[in-house]
Amino acid sequence: MAIITVQNLRKQYGDKIAVKDVSFSVEAGEIYGIVGRNGAGKTTTVECVAGLRSPDGGTIHVDADLKQQVGVQLQESMMPDKLRVGEALDLYASFYANPVPVQELLDEVGLDPKAAFAKLSGGQRQRLSIALALVGNPKIAILDELTTGLDPQARRETWDLITRIRDRGVTVLLVTHFMEEVERLCDRVAVISNGTVLTVDTPEGLISRTGGLQRVTFRTTVPVDGLKNLPEVHSVTVEAGQVVVTGDQNVLRAIVTALPDTAVSNLKTETSTMDDAFLALTGE
Amino acid sequence: MAITVPQVRRLTSVETKLYLREPAAIFFAIGLPIGLFLILGGTIPDFMKADPALGGLRPIDTHLPAMMIILSVLTCAFSLLPTVLVTYRERGILRRMSTTPVSPITVLGVQLVLNVATTLLATALMLVTGKLVYDVPLPQAPLAFAGVLLIGMVSSFAVGLLLAALSRNSRVVQGLGLAVFFPSLFFAGMWVPRELMPEVLRNVADFTPSGAFGAAIVEVLATGGAQWLHIGVMAAWGVVAAVVAVRFFRWS
Ligand SMILES: Nc1ncnc2c1ncn2[C@@H]1O[C@H](COP(=O)(O)OP(=O)(O)O)[C@@H](O)[C@H]1O
Ligand SMILES: [Mg+2]
Repeated sequence: MAIITVQNLRKQYGDKIAVKDVSFSVEAGEIYGIVGRNGAGKTTTVECVAGLRSPDGGTIHVDADLKQQVGVQLQESMMPDKLRVGEALDLYASFYANPVPVQELLDEVGLDPKAAFAKLSGGQRQRLSIALALVGNPKIAILDELTTGLDPQARRETWDLITRIRDRGVTVLLVTHFMEEVERLCDRVAVISNGTVLTVDTPEGLISRTGGLQRVTFRTTVPVDGLKNLPEVHSVTVEAGQVVVTGDQNVLRAIVTALPDTAVSNLKTETSTMDDAFLALTGE
Repeated sequence: MAITVPQVRRLTSVETKLYLREPAAIFFAIGLPIGLFLILGGTIPDFMKADPALGGLRPIDTHLPAMMIILSVLTCAFSLLPTVLVTYRERGILRRMSTTPVSPITVLGVQLVLNVATTLLATALMLVTGKLVYDVPLPQAPLAFAGVLLIGMVSSFAVGLLLAALSRNSRVVQGLGLAVFFPSLFFAGMWVPRELMPEVLRNVADFTPSGAFGAAIVEVLATGGAQWLHIGVMAAWGVVAAVVAVRFFRWS
């Protein structure tokens, strides 16, 4: 059963239409991704769901008490510099009727309760922010760009944390523009562009829609302009001597037939990734 | 859900800890006024001379403590409180709280109480040290004194909330706070006592919140009463500033 239902959401700031027409629904227990470029309308959408902004049109239904049972991690949010991690969590725990034990959360996010907010690294601040979103023992967690600005190691740790949250039965609405994050975490995603939903699918579904796109990379000593004219090839780009060719399942055979094999080195093929799927969908 | 006592207590305890971790706040709101009171009182002989215009009291019994009380109130009202509120807004703290069961207006209330408590503490310490060190008599009309103090604080803190409401970010509010702070101290009589002001200036000062506050508090210490003009001016400023502040205050 859907725990969040958004229908024909519309929101504008003055003349600027941030969200034109967004509809989607989130099932209880899933990690639902909202993906799109900067400015696509992701933050506006989830802030309407969280009750922080009032929509100009459409309906939003959330099957939970917005204040008690929805935990929110905002894209731009800080704490007072001298507030310590433990104090922040104790304080926010006191706001809710059934908080999670603070010590449990501290262990989960691996933060020192004595550390002052000003002294935390970017990754630690994000983890505190997630912990604050979870301290009320929510049914739903809304997380906006929680790994932006983190190094790959911190990002991976954060992903593990999100997976554990889901395993506890929390429904997660996750805003991101990292395709790898979508692939790793999300059960389903809504792709948003210019304030509208382009499509909703599973990450695997999105990738397979690109029709099994293949990506071939190699180095060569001969000109590759002619490859563009082959029916199997979609695109050819050359970067720093590295040639990247995308095309259908037969693209590899077409390339090795077209070029003398002594002129090709470091040949690799990959099937398409979430990045390719996203690019194909948003048309760039 | 209504806010509960344990929530208010927790928030108050956290905000108090944060307040005490900024030594500048305690220094400017308590240490500086009391220090100046003790030092100026001990070094400027004129403060010790009985003045017939003050009913035979000395400036150290009236004008000096009045100015130091106002220094403490205005530091809290125009600088400390608005800076915290605007910084909290700027950092998204108020907005973040509005997604929880506890409304951010609670933080505003707690901060207001903390700052009022600070000025009350400064005032009490001044009265006690004045009595012990310079034999300054306690206010002869305690109720009238408390009333003047209360209405002066209401008007000062209402103006402070207005500054917070009108400032886009913490740098603006600090600049604006200082720009209002020094003229306000001047109108209160910090550098030129009201009796020595040219008449035009005195008439202007009487209609400013701090000018009315300064005149009323000196008078209540000297005579035990205050003019209705000054009480009315403070009340009017308090109401108008509070209404406009509520109208323009933004949580995010
Ligand atoms: N408070 C605001 N006032 C005016 N325009 C805004 C405001 N917030 C967002 N926008 C604009 O609305 C569009 C969508 O923004 P946002 O929802 O933040 O997108 P995203 O989170 O996908 O990057 C952007 O063009 C942004 O500039
Ligand atoms: Mg955003």
